[in-house]
Amino acid sequence: MERIPILKMGRYLLVTVQVDMHDRLAMTLQDDLTNQIVEHKARAVLIDISTLEIVDSFIGRMLANIAAMSRVLDAMTVVVGMQPSVAITLVELGLSLKGVYTALNVEKGMEFLTTSLSGEDGADAGNTG
Amino acid sequence: MPVIRDELMQVRASDDIVRVRQMVRALAVELGFGLVDQTKIVTAASELARNTLDYGLGGTTLVEVLEENSRIGLRITFEDNGPGIADINLAMTDGYTSGGGLGLGLSGAKRLSNEFTIESRVGEGTRIAITRWKGR
Repeated sequence: MERIPILKMGRYLLVTVQVDMHDRLAMTLQDDLTNQIVEHKARAVLIDISTLEIVDSFIGRMLANIAAMSRVLDAMTVVVGMQPSVAITLVELGLSLKGVYTALNVEKGMEFLTTSLSGEDGADAGNTG
Repeated sequence: MPVIRDELMQVRASDDIVRVRQMVRALAVELGFGLVDQTKIVTAASELARNTLDYGLGGTTLVEVLEENSRIGLRITFEDNGPGIADINLAMTDGYTSGGGLGLGLSGAKRLSNEFTIESRVGEGTRIAITRWKGR
């Protein structure tokens, strides 16, 4: 079955969505991420959507679901790299991704997560402790 | 209104939604739509194709290139023979859904289009058409 790869880096999970996701693939990603948060005791999930050309209500709902599920599993989610045209369209569509942290790019997203998790033992990226 | 080109696609499975998006994107690029306009029409098409599949139990998507008074447009018509919509005003309300969605599909697709028409008969089906004109 087709899957979007999830990379583990320390206590972070990194996902780069690089395909035009069909709905089933989006659902699979949601399930896989939820399972891997628990399996790896991940504290944060970073989802890079810089190559996504659209975010419709289905994908928007998936992002919001991932953020909500990771929150109840004691992990944070940040969505990074949204293209300006996608942001304009998303808001006009009526989605504001409430409750989803966003950052302009991967670097800013990692900074945000590191800052947010600082002070916690072993929360830094690269620390597998 | 003169139609200078058209493509008919079946919408029977979730992969077909991706195909509709790709077809609309390809035509919008070819016609020289700006990036924001491309994104809006592709997103609207994705919402409505999913509605055709989820609520209309499958159907067709017709993509047409229009030329009127030297302006160019894309019209996309979604047709199904599903259960139809009993209360169109209710269905057009932000946040209303009869399924498991967010209830933004119809209202959102309308906001993302320059023109929007919807016809539906209970027990017969639904036809929704959206048009986006280039550079407006």
